[in-house]
Amino acid sequence: MSHNLDIASIRNDFPILNEVVNGKQLVYFDNAATTQKPRLVLDALAGYYEHYNANIHRGIHHLAEKATSAFELSRKRLQAFLNAAHSEEIIFTYGTTDGINLVASSYGRKFLKEGDEVIISTMEHHSNIVPWQMLCEEKGCILKVIPINDEGELLMDEYEKLLTERTKFVSVVHVSNALGTINPIKEIIAKAHAVGAKVLIDGAQASSHIEIDVQDLDCDFYSLSLHKIYGPTGMGILYGKRDLLNEMPPYRGGGEMIKEVTFAKTTYNELPYKFEAGTPNIADVVAAKFALDYVDALGKPNIATYENELLAYATEAVKEIEGLRIIGQAKEKVSVLSFVIDGIHHQDIGVLLDQQGIAVRTGHHCTQPLMNRFNITGTSRASFAVYNTTEEIDKLIQGLHKVKRMLG
Amino acid sequence: MTINETQDELISDFELFDDWESKYEFIIDLGKQFPPLEEQYKTEDNIIKGCQSRVWLNAYMDGGLLKFEADSDAIIVRGLVSMLVKVLSGHTPEEIAKADVYFMEKVGLHQHLAQTRSNGLAAMLKQMKAYGFAYQAKSVNA
Repeated sequence: MSHNLDIASIRNDFPILNEVVNGKQLVYFDNAATTQKPRLVLDALAGYYEHYNANIHRGIHHLAEKATSAFELSRKRLQAFLNAAHSEEIIFTYGTTDGINLVASSYGRKFLKEGDEVIISTMEHHSNIVPWQMLCEEKGCILKVIPINDEGELLMDEYEKLLTERTKFVSVVHVSNALGTINPIKEIIAKAHAVGAKVLIDGAQASSHIEIDVQDLDCDFYSLSLHKIYGPTGMGILYGKRDLLNEMPPYRGGGEMIKEVTFAKTTYNELPYKFEAGTPNIADVVAAKFALDYVDALGKPNIATYENELLAYATEAVKEIEGLRIIGQAKEKVSVLSFVIDGIHHQDIGVLLDQQGIAVRTGHHCTQPLMNRFNITGTSRASFAVYNTTEEIDKLIQGLHKVKRMLG
Repeated sequence: MTINETQDELISDFELFDDWESKYEFIIDLGKQFPPLEEQYKTEDNIIKGCQSRVWLNAYMDGGLLKFEADSDAIIVRGLVSMLVKVLSGHTPEEIAKADVYFMEKVGLHQHLAQTRSNGLAAMLKQMKAYGFAYQAKSVNA
Protein backbone atom coordinates (compact mmCIF):
# COMPACT_ATOMS: atom_id res chain seq x y z
CA MET A 1 0.00 0.00 0.00
CA SER A 2 1.29 3.47 -0.73
CA HIS A 3 0.11 6.94 0.08
CA ASN A 4 -0.17 9.81 -2.35
CA LEU A 5 0.60 12.62 0.07
CA ASP A 6 2.82 15.58 -0.67
CA ILE A 7 4.46 15.94 2.74
CA ALA A 8 6.34 19.15 1.90
CA SER A 9 3.08 20.81 0.99
CA ILE A 10 1.36 19.40 4.09
CA ARG A 11 4.13 20.89 6.24
CA ASN A 12 3.39 24.28 4.74
CA ASP A 13 -0.15 24.01 6.10
CA PHE A 14 1.19 24.02 9.69
CA PRO A 15 2.73 27.41 10.54
CA ILE A 16 4.07 26.23 13.91
CA LEU A 17 6.51 23.86 12.22
CA ASN A 18 8.60 26.91 11.32
CA GLU A 19 9.25 27.70 14.99
CA VAL A 20 12.85 27.80 16.15
CA VAL A 21 13.45 26.16 19.54
CA ASN A 22 16.76 26.63 21.35
CA GLY A 23 18.28 27.85 18.11
CA LYS A 24 17.12 24.87 16.04
CA GLN A 25 14.16 24.23 13.83
CA LEU A 26 11.46 22.55 15.85
CA VAL A 27 11.09 18.80 15.51
CA TYR A 28 7.69 18.04 16.98
CA PHE A 29 7.29 14.42 18.06
CA ASP A 30 4.70 14.93 20.80
CA ASN A 31 1.69 14.32 18.60
CA ALA A 32 0.12 11.76 20.88
CA ALA A 33 -0.21 14.54 23.46
CA THR A 34 -1.65 16.98 20.95
CA THR A 35 -1.34 17.51 17.22
CA GLN A 36 -0.54 20.85 15.63
CA LYS A 37 -3.25 22.77 13.78
CA PRO A 38 -3.37 23.49 10.06
CA ARG A 39 -3.85 27.07 8.83
CA LEU A 40 -7.41 26.19 7.80
CA VAL A 41 -8.36 25.54 11.44
CA LEU A 42 -6.60 28.69 12.67
CA ASP A 43 -8.43 30.72 10.03
CA ALA A 44 -11.74 29.17 11.02
CA LEU A 45 -11.17 30.15 14.65
CA ALA A 46 -10.27 33.72 13.77
CA GLY A 47 -13.06 33.86 11.18
CA TYR A 48 -15.66 32.90 13.74
CA TYR A 49 -14.59 35.62 16.17
CA GLU A 50 -14.15 38.20 13.42
CA HIS A 51 -17.41 37.63 11.59
CA TYR A 52 -20.11 35.75 13.45
CA ASN A 53 -19.38 35.42 17.16
CA ALA A 54 -22.74 35.10 18.93
CA ASN A 55 -24.36 32.88 21.50
CA ILE A 56 -26.17 30.05 19.83
CA HIS A 57 -29.66 28.52 19.75
CA ARG A 58 -31.58 31.31 21.49
CA GLY A 59 -30.78 34.43 19.49
CA ILE A 60 -32.93 35.42 16.56
CA HIS A 61 -30.51 37.91 15.04
CA HIS A 62 -28.32 37.25 12.03
CA LEU A 63 -25.09 36.48 13.87
CA ALA A 64 -26.78 34.07 16.27
CA GLU A 65 -28.36 32.21 13.38
CA LYS A 66 -25.09 32.01 11.52
CA ALA A 67 -23.20 30.78 14.59
CA THR A 68 -25.93 28.24 15.37
CA SER A 69 -25.83 26.89 11.81
CA ALA A 70 -22.05 26.53 11.91
CA PHE A 71 -22.21 24.86 15.32
CA GLU A 72 -24.84 22.36 14.21
CA LEU A 73 -23.02 21.78 10.93
CA SER A 74 -20.03 20.60 13.00
CA ARG A 75 -22.29 18.14 14.78
CA LYS A 76 -23.38 16.72 11.42
CA ARG A 77 -19.76 16.61 10.33
CA LEU A 78 -18.79 14.63 13.42
CA GLN A 79 -21.76 12.34 12.90
CA ALA A 80 -20.39 11.54 9.45
CA PHE A 81 -16.83 11.22 10.79
CA LEU A 82 -17.97 8.43 13.13
CA ASN A 83 -20.78 7.16 10.91
CA ALA A 84 -23.27 7.64 13.74
CA ALA A 85 -26.89 6.91 12.90
CA HIS A 86 -28.27 10.18 14.28
CA SER A 87 -26.78 13.64 14.79
CA GLU A 88 -28.25 13.89 18.30
CA GLU A 89 -26.01 10.99 19.28
CA ILE A 90 -23.11 13.45 19.10
CA ILE A 91 -22.71 15.30 22.42
CA PHE A 92 -20.17 18.10 22.56
CA THR A 93 -17.82 17.83 25.53
CA TYR A 94 -14.61 19.43 26.73
CA GLY A 95 -12.66 16.37 25.62
CA THR A 96 -12.28 12.62 26.01
CA THR A 97 -11.97 12.82 29.79
CA ASP A 98 -15.15 14.86 30.05
CA GLY A 99 -17.05 12.32 27.94
CA ILE A 100 -15.89 9.41 30.11
CA ASN A 101 -16.90 11.31 33.24
CA LEU A 102 -20.29 12.02 31.71
CA VAL A 103 -20.96 8.32 31.15
CA ALA A 104 -19.52 7.16 34.50
CA SER A 105 -21.52 9.80 36.30
CA SER A 106 -24.80 9.73 34.41
CA TYR A 107 -25.11 6.15 33.16
CA GLY A 108 -23.06 4.67 35.98
CA ARG A 109 -24.95 6.31 38.81
CA LYS A 110 -28.33 5.42 37.38
CA PHE A 111 -27.75 1.86 36.23
CA LEU A 112 -24.93 0.39 38.32
CA LYS A 113 -25.45 -0.96 41.83
CA GLU A 114 -23.54 -2.66 44.60
CA GLY A 115 -21.70 -5.81 43.53
CA ASP A 116 -21.83 -4.94 39.80
CA GLU A 117 -18.54 -5.20 37.98
CA VAL A 118 -16.77 -2.74 35.69
CA ILE A 119 -13.93 -3.93 33.46
CA ILE A 120 -11.08 -1.71 32.27
CA SER A 121 -7.60 -2.69 31.06
CA THR A 122 -4.01 -2.39 32.27
CA MET A 123 -3.19 0.11 29.53
CA GLU A 124 -5.83 2.69 30.39
CA HIS A 125 -5.01 6.37 30.71
CA HIS A 126 -5.78 7.69 34.18
CA SER A 127 -8.83 9.38 32.68
CA ASN A 128 -10.33 5.97 31.98
CA ILE A 129 -9.45 4.64 35.43
CA VAL A 130 -10.26 7.35 37.94
CA PRO A 131 -13.89 8.08 36.91
CA TRP A 132 -14.67 4.34 37.29
CA GLN A 133 -12.87 4.14 40.62
CA MET A 134 -14.95 7.08 41.82
CA LEU A 135 -18.11 5.38 40.64
CA CYS A 136 -17.15 2.03 42.19
CA GLU A 137 -16.37 3.71 45.48
CA GLU A 138 -19.71 5.48 45.52
CA LYS A 139 -21.85 2.54 44.41
CA GLY A 140 -19.91 -0.39 45.87
CA CYS A 141 -19.07 -1.80 42.43
CA ILE A 142 -15.97 -3.84 41.69
CA LEU A 143 -13.32 -2.78 39.19
CA LYS A 144 -11.64 -5.57 37.22
CA VAL A 145 -8.59 -5.14 35.02
CA ILE A 146 -7.70 -6.99 31.79
CA PRO A 147 -4.00 -7.95 31.93
CA ILE A 148 -1.53 -7.55 29.04
CA ASN A 149 1.45 -9.48 27.69
CA ASP A 150 5.05 -8.21 27.47
CA GLU A 151 4.46 -6.86 23.96
CA GLY A 152 1.70 -4.66 25.32
CA GLU A 153 -1.30 -6.55 23.95
CA LEU A 154 -4.46 -7.36 25.87
CA LEU A 155 -4.82 -10.96 26.98
CA MET A 156 -8.17 -11.70 25.41
CA ASP A 157 -8.49 -15.10 27.13
CA GLU A 158 -8.18 -13.36 30.46
CA TYR A 159 -10.74 -10.79 29.36
CA GLU A 160 -13.22 -13.56 28.62
CA LYS A 161 -12.64 -15.04 32.06
CA LEU A 162 -13.47 -11.69 33.65
CA LEU A 163 -16.80 -11.44 31.84
CA THR A 164 -19.73 -12.73 33.89
CA GLU A 165 -23.37 -11.85 34.43
CA ARG A 166 -22.10 -9.41 37.08
CA THR A 167 -20.22 -7.42 34.41
CA LYS A 168 -22.28 -4.31 33.75
CA PHE A 169 -19.79 -2.06 32.03
CA VAL A 170 -16.59 -2.38 29.99
CA SER A 171 -14.49 0.73 29.30
CA VAL A 172 -11.33 0.25 27.27
CA VAL A 173 -8.98 2.30 25.20
CA HIS A 174 -9.02 1.90 21.41
CA VAL A 175 -5.33 2.80 21.04
CA SER A 176 -2.86 3.02 23.94
CA ASN A 177 -1.32 6.48 24.29
CA ALA A 178 1.80 5.09 25.95
CA LEU A 179 2.40 2.00 23.79
CA GLY A 180 0.58 2.64 20.52
CA THR A 181 -1.21 -0.73 20.73
CA ILE A 182 -4.42 -0.96 18.70
CA ASN A 183 -6.88 -3.05 20.68
CA PRO A 184 -9.36 -5.48 19.06
CA ILE A 185 -12.30 -3.41 20.22
CA LYS A 186 -14.90 -4.94 17.92
CA GLU A 187 -14.31 -8.30 19.56
CA ILE A 188 -14.19 -6.69 23.02
CA ILE A 189 -17.53 -5.02 22.39
CA ALA A 190 -19.23 -8.16 21.05
CA LYS A 191 -18.06 -10.24 24.01
CA ALA A 192 -19.24 -7.63 26.51
CA HIS A 193 -22.62 -7.43 24.82
CA ALA A 194 -22.93 -11.20 25.01
CA VAL A 195 -23.09 -10.90 28.82
CA GLY A 196 -25.33 -7.84 28.66
CA ALA A 197 -22.67 -5.23 29.53
CA LYS A 198 -22.44 -1.80 27.94
CA VAL A 199 -19.17 -0.60 26.41
CA LEU A 200 -17.37 2.73 26.24
CA ILE A 201 -14.36 3.14 23.98
CA ASP A 202 -11.74 5.77 24.83
CA GLY A 203 -10.87 6.96 21.34
CA ALA A 204 -8.49 9.79 22.22
CA GLN A 205 -5.48 8.25 20.48
CA ALA A 206 -7.27 6.29 17.79
CA SER A 207 -9.26 9.00 16.12
CA SER A 208 -6.47 10.60 14.08
CA HIS A 209 -5.11 7.29 12.80
CA ILE A 210 -7.97 4.84 12.37
CA GLU A 211 -11.31 5.06 10.59
CA ILE A 212 -14.07 4.79 13.14
CA ASP A 213 -17.53 3.44 12.35
CA VAL A 214 -19.53 3.35 15.56
CA GLN A 215 -22.38 1.42 13.92
CA ASP A 216 -20.07 -1.27 12.66
CA LEU A 217 -18.26 -1.42 16.02
CA ASP A 218 -21.61 -1.43 17.79
CA CYS A 219 -20.08 0.39 20.77
CA ASP A 220 -22.48 2.03 23.20
CA PHE A 221 -20.25 5.07 23.78
CA TYR A 222 -17.17 6.48 22.07
CA SER A 223 -15.31 9.46 23.53
CA LEU A 224 -12.67 11.52 21.73
CA SER A 225 -10.85 14.87 21.69
CA LEU A 226 -10.52 17.07 18.62
CA HIS A 227 -7.14 18.47 19.60
CA LYS A 228 -5.60 15.11 18.79
CA ILE A 229 -7.09 15.22 15.28
CA TYR A 230 -5.50 18.52 14.18
CA GLY A 231 -8.42 20.41 15.75
CA PRO A 232 -8.72 22.91 18.59
CA THR A 233 -8.07 22.20 22.26
CA GLY A 234 -10.83 22.18 24.85
CA MET A 235 -13.42 20.29 22.86
CA GLY A 236 -14.36 16.74 22.14
CA ILE A 237 -17.40 14.64 21.59
CA LEU A 238 -19.14 11.79 23.24
CA TYR A 239 -20.97 9.47 20.90
CA GLY A 240 -23.72 7.48 22.60
CA LYS A 241 -26.49 5.28 21.27
CA ARG A 242 -29.67 7.33 21.22
CA ASP A 243 -31.78 4.97 23.31
CA LEU A 244 -29.15 4.88 26.02
CA LEU A 245 -28.64 8.64 26.03
CA ASN A 246 -32.39 9.11 26.30
CA GLU A 247 -32.52 6.92 29.38
CA MET A 248 -29.65 8.72 31.07
CA PRO A 249 -30.17 11.65 33.45
CA PRO A 250 -28.47 14.98 32.72
CA TYR A 251 -24.89 15.33 33.87
CA ARG A 252 -24.80 19.06 34.56
CA GLY A 253 -27.60 21.49 35.21
CA GLY A 254 -27.91 24.94 33.67
CA GLY A 255 -29.09 26.79 30.63
CA GLU A 256 -29.64 25.09 27.27
CA MET A 257 -30.29 21.69 28.85
CA ILE A 258 -33.79 22.57 30.07
CA LYS A 259 -37.23 22.57 28.51
CA GLU A 260 -39.03 24.43 31.26
CA VAL A 261 -37.94 25.62 34.67
CA THR A 262 -40.16 26.50 37.63
CA PHE A 263 -39.05 26.52 41.23
CA ALA A 264 -41.11 23.38 41.74
CA LYS A 265 -39.77 21.34 38.86
CA THR A 266 -37.60 21.44 35.79
CA THR A 267 -38.18 19.40 32.66
CA TYR A 268 -35.15 18.60 30.58
CA ASN A 269 -34.44 19.38 26.99
CA GLU A 270 -34.16 16.63 24.42
CA LEU A 271 -30.98 15.16 22.98
CA PRO A 272 -28.32 16.31 22.47
CA TYR A 273 -28.99 19.50 24.44
CA LYS A 274 -29.86 17.63 27.62
CA PHE A 275 -26.12 17.04 28.04
CA GLU A 276 -24.89 20.43 26.89
CA ALA A 277 -25.58 22.78 29.79
CA GLY A 278 -24.31 26.33 29.50
CA THR A 279 -22.80 28.20 26.58
CA PRO A 280 -20.70 25.65 24.74
CA ASN A 281 -17.23 26.09 23.28
CA ILE A 282 -18.71 27.49 20.07
CA ALA A 283 -15.56 28.70 18.32
CA ASP A 284 -13.71 25.44 18.77
CA VAL A 285 -16.72 23.36 17.76
CA VAL A 286 -17.07 25.44 14.60
CA ALA A 287 -13.36 25.09 13.80
CA ALA A 288 -13.42 21.34 14.48
CA LYS A 289 -15.30 20.80 11.23
CA PHE A 290 -12.37 22.23 9.31
CA ALA A 291 -9.93 19.89 11.03
CA LEU A 292 -12.04 16.93 9.95
CA ASP A 293 -12.30 18.33 6.42
CA TYR A 294 -8.52 18.56 6.39
CA VAL A 295 -8.07 14.96 7.58
CA ASP A 296 -10.61 13.64 5.13
CA ALA A 297 -9.07 15.56 2.23
CA LEU A 298 -5.77 13.81 2.94
CA GLY A 299 -7.61 10.56 3.60
CA LYS A 300 -7.20 8.62 6.82
CA PRO A 301 -5.89 5.50 5.03
CA ASN A 302 -3.20 7.67 3.39
CA ILE A 303 -2.32 9.22 6.73
CA ALA A 304 -2.14 5.81 8.39
CA THR A 305 0.01 4.38 5.58
CA TYR A 306 2.46 7.27 5.81
CA GLU A 307 2.57 7.24 9.62
CA ASN A 308 3.21 3.49 9.58
CA GLU A 309 6.16 4.11 7.25
CA LEU A 310 7.52 6.64 9.74
CA LEU A 311 7.01 4.19 12.60
CA ALA A 312 8.75 1.37 10.71
CA TYR A 313 11.63 3.69 9.81
CA ALA A 314 12.01 4.89 13.41
CA THR A 315 11.65 1.39 14.88
CA GLU A 316 14.51 0.24 12.64
CA ALA A 317 16.62 3.37 13.20
CA VAL A 318 16.59 3.25 17.01
CA LYS A 319 18.20 -0.20 16.88
CA GLU A 320 21.55 1.53 16.50
CA ILE A 321 21.16 3.15 19.93
CA GLU A 322 22.83 0.79 22.34
CA GLY A 323 20.76 -0.12 25.40
CA LEU A 324 17.52 1.21 23.92
CA ARG A 325 14.46 -0.93 24.48
CA ILE A 326 11.09 -0.29 22.87
CA ILE A 327 8.16 -0.49 25.28
CA GLY A 328 5.12 -1.64 23.36
CA GLN A 329 5.79 -4.03 20.49
CA ALA A 330 2.26 -5.02 19.64
CA LYS A 331 1.62 -6.42 16.18
CA GLU A 332 -1.07 -3.79 15.63
CA LYS A 333 0.28 -0.32 16.46
CA VAL A 334 -0.14 3.31 15.54
CA SER A 335 2.82 5.65 15.13
CA VAL A 336 3.92 5.77 18.75
CA LEU A 337 7.48 4.81 19.70
CA SER A 338 7.92 4.52 23.45
CA PHE A 339 11.34 3.54 24.73
CA VAL A 340 13.73 3.35 27.66
CA ILE A 341 17.53 3.46 27.53
CA ASP A 342 19.55 1.43 30.05
CA GLY A 343 20.97 3.57 32.82
CA ILE A 344 19.47 6.83 31.60
CA HIS A 345 16.47 8.49 33.20
CA HIS A 346 13.74 9.46 30.73
CA GLN A 347 13.68 13.00 32.04
CA ASP A 348 17.35 13.48 31.19
CA ILE A 349 16.59 12.30 27.67
CA GLY A 350 13.72 14.77 27.40
CA VAL A 351 15.74 17.74 28.70
CA LEU A 352 18.69 17.10 26.40
CA LEU A 353 16.53 16.48 23.32
CA ASP A 354 14.67 19.70 24.06
CA GLN A 355 17.98 21.55 24.01
CA GLN A 356 18.34 20.23 20.47
CA GLY A 357 14.90 21.47 19.46
CA ILE A 358 13.30 18.02 19.57
CA ALA A 359 10.01 17.70 21.43
CA VAL A 360 9.24 14.26 22.81
CA ARG A 361 7.15 13.33 25.82
CA THR A 362 8.80 11.73 28.83
CA GLY A 363 7.25 10.36 31.97
CA HIS A 364 4.49 7.92 32.82
CA HIS A 365 2.07 9.33 30.22
CA CYS A 366 -0.74 9.30 32.79
CA THR A 367 -0.60 5.50 32.76
CA GLN A 368 1.11 4.70 36.04
CA PRO A 369 -0.44 1.20 36.43
CA LEU A 370 0.86 0.37 32.94
CA MET A 371 4.35 1.61 33.84
CA ASN A 372 4.22 -0.56 36.97
CA ARG A 373 3.33 -3.53 34.76
CA PHE A 374 6.61 -3.00 32.90
CA ASN A 375 8.55 -2.24 36.12
CA ILE A 376 9.55 1.19 34.89
CA THR A 377 8.77 4.69 36.14
CA GLY A 378 8.34 6.13 32.67
CA THR A 379 9.44 6.15 29.06
CA SER A 380 10.46 8.59 26.36
CA ARG A 381 7.85 8.69 23.65
CA ALA A 382 8.17 9.92 20.10
CA SER A 383 4.82 9.99 18.34
CA PHE A 384 4.48 10.80 14.66
CA ALA A 385 1.88 12.71 12.70
CA VAL A 386 1.32 13.23 9.00
CA TYR A 387 3.63 16.28 8.85
CA ASN A 388 6.67 14.49 10.29
CA THR A 389 9.50 13.22 8.09
CA THR A 390 12.24 10.61 8.08
CA GLU A 391 14.77 13.48 8.13
CA GLU A 392 13.31 14.49 11.49
CA ILE A 393 13.64 10.92 12.74
CA ASP A 394 17.32 11.07 11.69
CA LYS A 395 17.65 14.18 13.87
CA LEU A 396 16.12 12.26 16.76
CA ILE A 397 18.65 9.47 16.31
CA GLN A 398 21.53 11.98 16.21
CA GLY A 399 20.02 13.65 19.24
CA LEU A 400 19.89 10.36 21.13
CA HIS A 401 23.52 9.65 20.27
CA LYS A 402 24.39 13.02 21.74
CA VAL A 403 22.32 12.30 24.86
CA LYS A 404 24.19 9.03 25.32
CA ARG A 405 27.54 10.71 24.80
CA MET A 406 26.76 13.43 27.32
CA LEU A 407 25.43 11.06 29.95
CA GLY A 408 27.83 8.21 29.29
CA MET B 1 30.40 32.05 52.34
CA THR B 2 26.99 33.65 52.46
CA ILE B 3 24.10 32.30 50.45
CA ASN B 4 24.48 35.10 47.93
CA GLU B 5 28.24 34.67 47.64
CA THR B 6 27.71 31.02 46.71
CA GLN B 7 25.05 32.01 44.18
CA ASP B 8 27.35 34.62 42.64
CA GLU B 9 30.15 32.07 42.42
CA LEU B 10 27.86 29.66 40.56
CA ILE B 11 26.80 32.44 38.22
CA SER B 12 30.43 33.17 37.36
CA ASP B 13 31.06 29.43 36.83
CA PHE B 14 28.30 29.42 34.24
CA GLU B 15 29.71 32.47 32.48
CA LEU B 16 32.48 30.24 31.15
CA PHE B 17 30.06 28.25 29.01
CA ASP B 18 29.13 29.55 25.60
CA ASP B 19 26.86 26.73 24.45
CA TRP B 20 24.17 24.51 25.90
CA GLU B 21 26.28 21.39 25.73
CA SER B 22 29.06 22.59 28.01
CA LYS B 23 26.47 24.06 30.37
CA TYR B 24 24.61 20.76 30.64
CA GLU B 25 27.82 18.74 30.80
CA PHE B 26 28.75 20.84 33.84
CA ILE B 27 25.36 20.13 35.44
CA ILE B 28 25.68 16.42 34.63
CA ASP B 29 29.14 16.39 36.24
CA LEU B 30 27.76 18.06 39.33
CA GLY B 31 25.08 15.40 39.41
CA LYS B 32 27.62 12.61 39.14
CA GLN B 33 29.87 14.05 41.86
CA PHE B 34 27.05 14.77 44.29
CA PRO B 35 27.16 12.14 47.05
CA PRO B 36 24.10 9.90 46.99
CA LEU B 37 21.65 10.10 49.84
CA GLU B 38 21.87 7.09 52.14
CA GLU B 39 19.06 4.64 51.46
CA GLN B 40 17.68 5.05 55.01
CA TYR B 41 16.76 8.65 54.16
CA LYS B 42 15.01 7.78 50.90
CA THR B 43 11.71 7.49 52.70
CA GLU B 44 8.18 8.36 51.70
CA ASP B 45 8.37 11.33 54.10
CA ASN B 46 11.43 12.72 52.36
CA ILE B 47 10.24 12.24 48.80
CA ILE B 48 9.14 15.17 46.70
CA LYS B 49 7.16 13.72 43.84
CA GLY B 50 7.32 15.26 40.42
CA CYS B 51 5.52 13.94 37.38
CA GLN B 52 8.75 12.62 35.88
CA SER B 53 11.57 12.33 38.37
CA ARG B 54 11.74 11.88 42.11
CA VAL B 55 13.65 14.07 44.52
CA TRP B 56 14.47 13.15 48.11
CA LEU B 57 15.33 15.81 50.66
CA ASN B 58 16.65 15.19 54.16
CA ALA B 59 17.14 18.09 56.59
CA TYR B 60 18.80 18.20 60.02
CA MET B 61 20.17 20.77 62.47
CA ASP B 62 23.89 20.76 63.21
CA GLY B 63 25.28 23.30 65.66
CA GLY B 64 22.58 25.87 64.99
CA LEU B 65 22.88 25.45 61.21
CA LEU B 66 20.30 23.81 58.99
CA LYS B 67 21.84 21.23 56.68
CA PHE B 68 20.43 19.46 53.67
CA GLU B 69 21.14 16.21 51.87
CA ALA B 70 19.27 15.33 48.73
CA ASP B 71 19.07 13.03 45.75
CA SER B 72 17.20 12.42 42.54
CA ASP B 73 16.78 9.50 40.16
CA ALA B 74 17.47 11.77 37.14
CA ILE B 75 21.02 13.00 36.70
CA ILE B 76 20.30 16.54 35.46
CA VAL B 77 17.86 17.12 38.30
CA ARG B 78 20.56 15.70 40.60
CA GLY B 79 22.98 18.32 39.34
CA LEU B 80 20.42 21.08 39.85
CA VAL B 81 19.59 19.70 43.29
CA SER B 82 23.29 19.73 44.21
CA MET B 83 23.44 23.44 43.39
CA LEU B 84 20.43 24.23 45.56
CA VAL B 85 22.00 22.24 48.41
CA LYS B 86 25.34 23.99 47.91
CA VAL B 87 23.64 27.39 48.05
CA LEU B 88 21.35 26.81 51.02
CA SER B 89 22.82 24.06 53.20
CA GLY B 90 24.79 25.03 56.32
CA HIS B 91 23.15 28.34 57.02
CA THR B 92 20.90 29.38 59.85
CA PRO B 93 17.19 28.63 59.51
CA GLU B 94 16.57 32.41 59.40
CA GLU B 95 18.96 32.89 56.49
CA ILE B 96 17.42 30.00 54.57
CA ALA B 97 13.86 31.12 55.26
CA LYS B 98 14.48 34.60 53.88
CA ALA B 99 16.92 33.63 51.08
CA ASP B 100 16.25 34.95 47.60
CA VAL B 101 17.33 32.18 45.24
CA TYR B 102 18.17 34.01 42.02
CA PHE B 103 21.03 32.06 40.45
CA MET B 104 18.85 29.65 38.45
CA GLU B 105 17.24 32.55 36.64
CA LYS B 106 20.60 34.27 36.06
CA VAL B 107 22.21 31.19 34.49
CA GLY B 108 19.21 30.49 32.26
CA LEU B 109 17.92 27.43 34.06
CA HIS B 110 14.70 28.98 35.30
CA GLN B 111 12.61 26.63 33.15
CA HIS B 112 13.64 23.82 35.48
CA LEU B 113 12.08 25.67 38.38
CA ALA B 114 8.95 26.56 36.43
CA GLN B 115 8.07 23.01 35.47
CA THR B 116 6.79 22.17 38.89
CA ARG B 117 4.95 19.09 37.83
CA SER B 118 7.76 17.59 35.85
CA ASN B 119 10.71 17.50 38.21
CA GLY B 120 9.82 18.52 41.71
CA LEU B 121 12.66 21.05 41.83
CA ALA B 122 10.44 24.01 42.62
CA ALA B 123 8.72 21.90 45.27
CA MET B 124 12.12 21.05 46.71
CA LEU B 125 13.15 24.68 46.98
CA LYS B 126 9.85 25.46 48.67
CA GLN B 127 10.40 22.58 51.07
CA MET B 128 13.93 23.78 51.93
CA LYS B 129 12.58 27.19 52.81
CA ALA B 130 9.74 25.60 54.76
CA TYR B 131 12.34 23.75 56.86
CA GLY B 132 14.01 27.13 57.43
CA PHE B 133 10.75 28.61 58.70
CA ALA B 134 9.97 25.55 60.82
CA TYR B 135 13.36 25.44 62.57
CA GLN B 136 13.31 29.20 62.99
CA ALA B 137 9.95 28.95 64.78
CA LYS B 138 11.26 26.08 66.89
CA SER B 139 14.27 28.08 68.09
CA VAL B 140 12.09 31.11 68.88
CA ASN B 141 9.72 28.93 70.91
CA ALA B 142 12.50 27.07 72.69
